[in-house]
Amino acid sequence: MYRIIRKKPLNPTVTQMEIEAPLVARKAKPGQFIILRVDEEGERIPLTVAGTNAEEGSVKIIFQIVGATTEKLNHKNEGEYIQDFVGPLGTATHTEGIRKVCIVGGGVGCAIAMPVAQEFHRLGAEVTSIIGFRSKDLLILEDEFRACSDRLEVMTDDGSYGRHGNVTVPLKEMLDAGEKFDMIITIGPLIMMKFVVLAAKPYDVPVTVSMNPIMIDGTGMCGGCRLTLHRDGQRVTKFACVDGPDFNGYEVDFDEAMSRNRIYMDFERHAHEEACNLFKNAAGGAE
Amino acid sequence: MTAIIQKKHEMPTQAPEVRAHNFNEVALGYTEEIAVQEAERCLNCKNRPCVSGCPVNINIPEFIAHIKERDYEGAYQEITKSSSLPAVCGRVCPQESQCESKCTLGIKFEPVGIGRLERFVADRHNAENTGTVQKPASNGHKVAIVGSGPSGLTCAGDLVKKGYQVTVYEALHAAGGVLVYGIPEFRLPKAIVAREVETLKELGVDVETNVVIGKTLTIDELFEMGFEAVFIGSGAGLPNFMNIPGESLKGVYSANEFLTRSNLMKAYRDNPDTPIMKGGRVAVVGGGNVAMDAARTALRLGAEHVSIVYRRSMEELPARREEVEHAEEEGIDFQLLRNPVEILGYENPEDPRDPKNGFVRGMRIIKMELGEPDERGRRRPVEIPGSEYEIEADCVIMAIGTSPNPLIKNTTAGLEVNRRGGIIVNEEGLTSRTGVYAGGDAVTGAATVISAMGAGKTAAKAIDEYLAK
Repeated sequence: MYRIIRKKPLNPTVTQMEIEAPLVARKAKPGQFIILRVDEEGERIPLTVAGTNAEEGSVKIIFQIVGATTEKLNHKNEGEYIQDFVGPLGTATHTEGIRKVCIVGGGVGCAIAMPVAQEFHRLGAEVTSIIGFRSKDLLILEDEFRACSDRLEVMTDDGSYGRHGNVTVPLKEMLDAGEKFDMIITIGPLIMMKFVVLAAKPYDVPVTVSMNPIMIDGTGMCGGCRLTLHRDGQRVTKFACVDGPDFNGYEVDFDEAMSRNRIYMDFERHAHEEACNLFKNAAGGAE
Repeated sequence: MTAIIQKKHEMPTQAPEVRAHNFNEVALGYTEEIAVQEAERCLNCKNRPCVSGCPVNINIPEFIAHIKERDYEGAYQEITKSSSLPAVCGRVCPQESQCESKCTLGIKFEPVGIGRLERFVADRHNAENTGTVQKPASNGHKVAIVGSGPSGLTCAGDLVKKGYQVTVYEALHAAGGVLVYGIPEFRLPKAIVAREVETLKELGVDVETNVVIGKTLTIDELFEMGFEAVFIGSGAGLPNFMNIPGESLKGVYSANEFLTRSNLMKAYRDNPDTPIMKGGRVAVVGGGNVAMDAARTALRLGAEHVSIVYRRSMEELPARREEVEHAEEEGIDFQLLRNPVEILGYENPEDPRDPKNGFVRGMRIIKMELGEPDERGRRRPVEIPGSEYEIEADCVIMAIGTSPNPLIKNTTAGLEVNRRGGIIVNEEGLTSRTGVYAGGDAVTGAATVISAMGAGKTAAKAIDEYLAK
């Protein structure tokens, strides 16, 4: 069992938790992920590590309440325990030789992008961050990004905060103005990452994308997280859990990945409704 | 002297039409009377060929002799001198190609039902014996085991009985490896695996779940932590696919994923937290035990029609005979000498938002014939040109083996692997690294539970000799 040391809501649907897991905390690097189960019957879900405190032995996770499992996780309080917590899994984000980097985060993906930006900042690279949200009330981690970025652009789809528009708008402006990034790293919804790749393509800048497919074990056993890369005219199957989660954005088959991520959409919607009703009834009963 | 009963006593089973709709165990086990009668069939012959047919060399005639005397605990003690997992082996060993294939009685008649007797003895012990076991005195040496599957548990059991302080590291949240994520409840109830693991814990084995060796800790760190020897039994790795078009469609599973969802994550229950595709027409590609398990699981989850698509004929089908028979009785459709060439997806040209888009709708299959024998003597399947046809399917499960997991290899300097990624060991299970041993699927690629147990046993003996020096 793994104790929740601290819990903090970042916005109405995104929560940050610090979990006591000393072995994971000692090892985890930006870009890696963990798998957790909330309770004895729970499903295994992957979440990317949002930070570690090796001294305290804690691992920070940030999650959006999107389904039954994240709903249940969000109902756990400080001092309570979650059933299982394993990691760090996947390979760390490649940082070597990158002196000038552009980090493009979208929505809750910014939680994963943040430690990557911090790591580049710590290594002395020049960090440009572009973070995008649907609207002002969903904004997270602005101060953290400001602290580790040489330049920060905050975007909202509805213009309620920062600049109006999506993340590709400032990215294209910068590239048009002649900015030469060694690497663009983008983390967020698949559709956003797909468009970041398309935006960067004419400028011949390398793009790394962080994939978040459905997986079970996270150690290369089930194969559920497989995705297709198009490399030199060949289709190559890779497993996000051991080969990723970072991939060359120009090679990833995003349309296939988006389709695969929707396999259990009906099941998940139903399960989430049930979980919500359960908590609603429990709350009603306590009154 | 009474005449010898020529046939093995039948195993009582749930009726096929009943069991095809539940996840309870298919085989119900011998009653005491059947067990004693079956034991009487053993000739107790002098040269004991059955023992050499057992990968862990259980003294088979000796334990059967105890059954004849109705001394079931004595029989159990005899088996556990050689095997740490008797209730498991009695259920999942391919006895027809091991102990029972060597049985002297089998020359003229059917061999003694050794596996069924082993199961009877183990179940009897587990039902009656609830007392705690005596912990062996410690010899002060620490050994780490990577993976809690059949090879790891066997190695741990043998070492703990010799007084070693044994820690087993398991990557998943439950101990048992393939016995819990792979083999279904109806063939090996999870309570039995849990009981065997519990027995090892009572003997003093420390089981640490949620630790991925190669990630959470490395092999080198285990030595830094004071372990003097390490056994790697990390099991099967990445699932193989055929590299045919359509394998990324929704509804295509590796057998590992399909079985893990149902078994480990309990998706077969009502209202599970973990989803799985149920119902419709299911095609399973492959002919091993894993393929049989996947097909029979799909049937129990509510599929209307389940087929096994295998490229050779029934004769070459590698699954355990009893599983094939059970599958046939349950109505699994065996499509033999057939091979998929493409998995077909649904695509609505009118509506890109049609929720069925991207899901499997069928499979294109080619007929095969058997050609010349390959280097292993198995006749090679050859495609019959122009024989392609389409079948309907909502779900395709690929059960065509696995390749060893790269996590440990990638993080352990000096650990040599072969071309396929399997860890290279000598006849004692020793790897290219001093003090590091390995066995099971991590070495051989996908094989059987009992061969993994044999490897765990061999390594335990070698580790004992190495550390006793």
